[in-house]
Amino acid sequence: MDIISLLSHGFIQRALMAGSFIAILCATLGTFLVLRRFSLIGDGLAHVTFGGVAVGLFLGVYPMYVAIPIVMISSLGILKLVEKARLFGDAAIGIVSSLGIACGILLASAAGGFNIDLFSYLFGNILAISTAEVISSILLSLVLIFVIWFYYHELLSITFDEESARASGIKTKTINGILVLLTSLTVVLAMRVVGIMLISSLLILPPVTALQIARGFKMTIIIASVSGVVSVILGIFLSLVLDLPTGATIVILNFLFFMGSFISGKFLAK
Amino acid sequence: MHELFFQYNSTEILTNISFRLQAGDYLGIVGPNGSGKSTMIKLILGLLPPSKGTIELFGGIMTDFIDWHKVGYLSQRINSFNPHFPATAREIVGLGLLSSKSYPRRITKSDEKAINNALGLMDILDIKNKLIGELSGGQQQRVLIARALVNEPELLILDEPTTALDPEAREKFFGTLRDLNEKKNVTLIIITHDIGTIGKYASRLLYLDKQVVFYGGFDDFCASSEMASYFGEYSQHVICHRHDRE
Repeated sequence: MDIISLLSHGFIQRALMAGSFIAILCATLGTFLVLRRFSLIGDGLAHVTFGGVAVGLFLGVYPMYVAIPIVMISSLGILKLVEKARLFGDAAIGIVSSLGIACGILLASAAGGFNIDLFSYLFGNILAISTAEVISSILLSLVLIFVIWFYYHELLSITFDEESARASGIKTKTINGILVLLTSLTVVLAMRVVGIMLISSLLILPPVTALQIARGFKMTIIIASVSGVVSVILGIFLSLVLDLPTGATIVILNFLFFMGSFISGKFLAK
Repeated sequence: MHELFFQYNSTEILTNISFRLQAGDYLGIVGPNGSGKSTMIKLILGLLPPSKGTIELFGGIMTDFIDWHKVGYLSQRINSFNPHFPATAREIVGLGLLSSKSYPRRITKSDEKAINNALGLMDILDIKNKLIGELSGGQQQRVLIARALVNEPELLILDEPTTALDPEAREKFFGTLRDLNEKKNVTLIIITHDIGTIGKYASRLLYLDKQVVFYGGFDDFCASSEMASYFGEYSQHVICHRHDRE
C-alpha cells in the first residue's frame, strides 16, 4: 500500500484535511486551557458530548445537532459553577462531566442498551468523516484563527493572570465564554477524529509537547499546532499501513512527540 | 470611597469605610492579616462588588469607569501564575499596555520604547528576553511591577509590592515611587505590613482593621493617642522611632 495510492482515496483526503484542521484547533485552544489549569475541560465536555449523542440517538435526530447545543450550554455551565459556586475548575468539570455520562447511560439504557452507533462515537472513526464535517472543521478553524488573532493579547493576559487582566479593563467573562464555546465546538468535531474517550489527548498533549521546548507564547502555539497536525497525518497513514485503530495511533504518536520534546527540553536546558 | 461595606458569606469583612484621596496623594494602607486591606483594593478596582456604599474613581462612579489605562495594579499573589508560563519578561510587561489600546488590542514594535523604559526603571532591561519562569522571585516581582508602571498610570495600586525584593532593591523601588509621586504627580496606594518604611515615604496612612482605625499623616499617627491605645505605647514608639532612625 503506497502513500500516493492512499492519497487518491476521497475518504483519506477528507480524513487528512479535517484531522489537520481539528489538530490545529485543539492545539491552539489547548495551549490556553493547559496554562489555565483547565486541561480536563475537553474530557468533561467529551463526556457531555456522549450524553448529547445518546439524546440524539434516543430521539432519532442526527446526534451532532443535539450534542452541539448541549455541550455549548454545559461549557458555560462549567464557567458559571466556577464563578458562582466558588468551585475550582476541576470540580466544576467533574460535576458536568459525570452528569453528561449519567444522562447518556440512562438514555442508552432506556433505548434498549448500547448500540453500535454509540460505540462509534466513543472511539471515533476519522476515516468515515463526511464532507460536511470537513467543511465544518475548516470553518471553525477560520473562526478560531480570527478570534485568537483579535483577542490574542487579551487571551495571553487572562491566561497569565486573570485578576490583573480584569483590573486593566479586559472583559474576562466575555473572553472566557468565547474560549469555552470554541472549545465545546472543537470537542464535538474532534469526537469524529479520536472519539469521545481520547479527545482530551488532542487538547493536552500537543501543548505540553510545545511547552517543553518553546521560548515565547506564539512559538508555543505554533509548535503545538505542528506537533498536533504531524501526529494526525502520520497516525492516519501508520494506522492504515499497520492496520491499527486510527484514533489510538494518533494519541500514541502525540505521546511519543511529548516524550521526545521532554527529553530534548532537558537536554537543551543543560 | 463613601460608607462602604463588604460581606462575604454573611461575614462582615469591611465596615463603613470612608476616605477620599486627591491627585498626587501617597497612601500607605497598613493593618494586620485579615483586616481587609486586599479586599478594599479589589473593591476599588471593581474586582469585587461592595455590599453597600459607593466608590468613585477619578471623580466618577467606579462601575462606569472605563479609563483603565490611568490605573496600574500589582496584585499580592506573585505566586499565582504558572512558573512555567511560556512568555518572556518583555511580553509580560507589554500586557500592561493593553488598557490603553483600542480593538484589536495589539502590542507592536512601537510599544518597545515604553516597555524598555519600564524594564529600565526596575533595572531588569537585561533579562527582557528571558522566560518569566527562568527568573528569580525578586526578578519576577520586578517584571510585574514594570507591567504596572508601563502605562505611566496616574493612579498606581500596589499590594505588598516589596515582599520578594532584597533590601537594596526595596530602597531603590521606594525611591522610584517617590520620584513618580513627586515629579509626575502619580497617586499611589500601597498595602504593606511595614508601617515604619511606608511612613517614611507616604503622605497619608490608613490603618485598617475591618474598619478605618486611623487615617492621617505619619506624624499624626505617632502622636495619636488612639493608635497608642490600639498598639500599646511601646509598639507605637518602636514603629515611630524606627521611622526616625531611617
